[in-house]
Amino acid sequence: MPEKILTKHFDVPGFRELGVYRQHGGYAAVEKALGMEPAAIQDEIKRANLVGLGGAGFPAGVKWGFVPQNTPKPKYLVVNGDEGEPATFKDRYLLEYAPHQLIEGMIICSYVVGIHKAYVYVRGEYVKQINILRHAVEEAKAENLLGENILGSGFHLDVVVHQGAGAYICGEETGLIESLEGKKGWPRIKPPFFPAAIGLFQCPTVINNVETLSHVPHIVNNGAEWFASLGTEKNGGTRVFAVSGHVRKPGIYELPIGTPLREIIYEHAGGVRDDRPVKAVIPGGSSSPVLTADQLDTNMDFISLRNAGTMGGSGGVVVMDDTTCMVDICANISNFYAHESCGQCTPCREGTSWASKILNRILEGAGRMEDIDEAIRICRNMMGRTVCLLADGAAMPILSYLTKFRREFEYHVENSECDVKKSH
Amino acid sequence: MPTLTIDGQQVTVPEKTNVIEAAKTLGIEIPHYCYHPGLSVAGNCRMCMVEIEKAPKLAIGCFTPCTEGMVVFTNTEKVKQARKDVLEFLLSNHPLDCPVCDQAGECWLQIYYMQHGQYESRMMENKIKKSKKATSIGPHVNLDQERCVLCGRCVRFCDEITKTHELGIFGRGNREELDVFPGKQLDNRYSGNVVDICPVGALTDRDFRFQVRVWYLGVQDSVCPGCSRGCNIQIHYNRNRPHHGHGRRVARLKPRYNSHVNQFWMCDEGRYGYKFVDAGDRIISPMLRRGAELQMATWGETLAASAERIRAVNPSQIGVIAWPQLTNEELYLVRRLFVDGLGCKNVSFSVPSKKDGGGDDFLITADKNPNTRGAGEIGLPIADSTGDILQAASRGEFKLLHIFGHDLLSSGLDQPLVESALAATETVIFQGSNSHLTVDRADIVLPSATFAEKSGSFTNFEGRVQRIHEAVPPLGDALPDWQILNRMARALEMGWDYQGTEHIFKELAENVAAFSGLSYCVLGDQGELLGYKPTNEAHIPTEPVTTVII
Repeated sequence: MPEKILTKHFDVPGFRELGVYRQHGGYAAVEKALGMEPAAIQDEIKRANLVGLGGAGFPAGVKWGFVPQNTPKPKYLVVNGDEGEPATFKDRYLLEYAPHQLIEGMIICSYVVGIHKAYVYVRGEYVKQINILRHAVEEAKAENLLGENILGSGFHLDVVVHQGAGAYICGEETGLIESLEGKKGWPRIKPPFFPAAIGLFQCPTVINNVETLSHVPHIVNNGAEWFASLGTEKNGGTRVFAVSGHVRKPGIYELPIGTPLREIIYEHAGGVRDDRPVKAVIPGGSSSPVLTADQLDTNMDFISLRNAGTMGGSGGVVVMDDTTCMVDICANISNFYAHESCGQCTPCREGTSWASKILNRILEGAGRMEDIDEAIRICRNMMGRTVCLLADGAAMPILSYLTKFRREFEYHVENSECDVKKSH
Repeated sequence: MPTLTIDGQQVTVPEKTNVIEAAKTLGIEIPHYCYHPGLSVAGNCRMCMVEIEKAPKLAIGCFTPCTEGMVVFTNTEKVKQARKDVLEFLLSNHPLDCPVCDQAGECWLQIYYMQHGQYESRMMENKIKKSKKATSIGPHVNLDQERCVLCGRCVRFCDEITKTHELGIFGRGNREELDVFPGKQLDNRYSGNVVDICPVGALTDRDFRFQVRVWYLGVQDSVCPGCSRGCNIQIHYNRNRPHHGHGRRVARLKPRYNSHVNQFWMCDEGRYGYKFVDAGDRIISPMLRRGAELQMATWGETLAASAERIRAVNPSQIGVIAWPQLTNEELYLVRRLFVDGLGCKNVSFSVPSKKDGGGDDFLITADKNPNTRGAGEIGLPIADSTGDILQAASRGEFKLLHIFGHDLLSSGLDQPLVESALAATETVIFQGSNSHLTVDRADIVLPSATFAEKSGSFTNFEGRVQRIHEAVPPLGDALPDWQILNRMARALEMGWDYQGTEHIFKELAENVAAFSGLSYCVLGDQGELLGYKPTNEAHIPTEPVTTVII
């Protein structure tokens, strides 16, 4: 079995408690880091090829470097634990089973960038995980791992755990920042493309995903070369894939980031139920364009997936067998985006729901042949014309179903019924 | 100062100018909804997309700063198609109730559809129904959520300009609704501005709704007479359909851009304060007291009577209470006639009001008169305050009081004093536009025109001299005060022959030092400060600001 990093100790009872965490080497990285030069740590993170695992795949060390150093303003760390992307549930487990791993990563990141206040924005429904994380923060405070003069180093850091209120768009980093400031979670207009200089409360801000930061202590402990060697040329380390759908063993699988999709499905997730053939796979959350059965040999790192016409996204893998109606899936996904569009920009506000209405009409057997091209046209008109990427994230998958499985849509229109469901 | 090329034309603009504003200087209009030069940039309507050379995708003109060497195209096929697409989205859930929408005719969905849309509708789904239609959300503003394009201009206005935060956009996606926050009303002192900046029929003016279709309106530039700020306005008047709007000739006032005075805005008090122009209490005929009764008379009779009474008394027995609602030109004639001509030494102009004017730190000033500064510069008051004049009158020292406009009997003056002054004075001449308690005590009434019915100029509290223009003719037999004074001087055989207000202003500028160098040409449509020093360069009047809304 490949080496695990983040989920290695998930089987250890009580690993979420500080005492047990420390018995397994916890907070050694913080002790080590506090004795190092911040620049040396940042260099280590860069060389480790740690990329943003929330979905963008942007090099984390580079992102930290965007924060201006000589600023009179306070700097903030924001941890994105909103995890709203359908089919994604990795952060949920990382928060529940290894909260101290995240806190450790946050301390190191804050030390590197010179941050003294950090916020963790957790998806509103993750009540249990929020309580666990809050408990862990209290434990860390009690042992002088947070708060003033951490472990006698003179460095201080306060952590606030914030519960989201149930909007997908608050996972978009500037939407999240607005929400954290107490406003409606409308993404901010770009540029600036990163909140590094103007972020939370208009101050310099680092914002990283839970999984990304959880990797940081391990890189500090084991070195950049070790981490980089686990991954591909540009994307270092492992990734926690959340596998669901028609597999025998759905769940989270921590694997080297470039693991082939076929291996994830057949070697780790137990293959497809009833040994049915794979029809399609969503590789990285609902926003990623769907892959077809002939694309199972794609490696699951960000670059290979981009070359395959889709994206690494959030690592939420949904496997669909041959009994799956693609019209149904497409309509279902379109409903989600119509519901979750924040409504700020015209093309997304109107386009997501218009496309969704058309797709549902086709699904219900009331479609016209021209509706297929109409939906394609609407999706294309949304893309690249909005403040944030939700519109693209809605349009890309819908376009992928409409183009890759057009026959199924045509059948629905012609026969007012589903040939997939009919034949199974 | 970057130099860029827009549609093949070069232009140099100040740093940080956006593409929309740069294009505007070349006369190129980039259509937009959410952008407003007086508010922060939202960048959400997506109507202002332009093509920029070497950029991978279309950029929004509102949020794209001009840079050196930038090459912008506003009219390529790609841009035209993008506009069409955005309009299609904007209209996909729009109720298309133009026939019953008061915004029709000045709606930017209509205008841009005709300019940039012109597609066949492909929307066959059910449209979204929203909760509030034709709902009042404050004393002046009505909301229709279905017509709203969610540009957020009104929200930003209440957040950034008035900082009163009444409005918000609630919900998500296409269920999103503009509304007031729970328990709030849109009743700040500048609420009417949201109607001006609303590009569609979502926010309409309760005062103006359904009074008259906008295409019947004429437009005249003017200045608000509501306080000493002198906000630049447009008078929208209806002379084509007198049977609409219950005979209201002045249909509404709209703010007119002036960077020195009011930017894009005006207050509600000023906006809705014009009703006296067409009110039932307008004095439409000269009147003479015959016995106990004021009776209608001709101008000839009335002016002859006035002249006769003025001639009959010693100038020291005349008290004049002028009015800071009069124009500079008129106040100058008051001085010329009573002080220079007759040698009268008792001329005041200011009367305290009963309640505090309630000035604020934005536009509203406590002084509710547009021309107090002008009156002062022209040399009024002479000798005494209004209180002193009334004191003298009550002691029987005056035989004649000439009162302009003021209702002394509802003012902040000591009322017993006003009573005794009016009682003790043989002849009271009243010259004004609207009837009130003081008019009933007059012996001679000279009906004058309101600000909307005459031309001239006001000097605001900062010393900016700004022109007003006649939008509608004086009601009935009323005349502009300068014409009444001109005629009275002729009745007094003073040899006056003023041909118009420009004529008077020219003389004013020659005789009153503060106005030196000013002329109607110099004032243009943005006004000019007192103490103006002409430069060697030829004065170029500012281009009129033609757009009302955007």
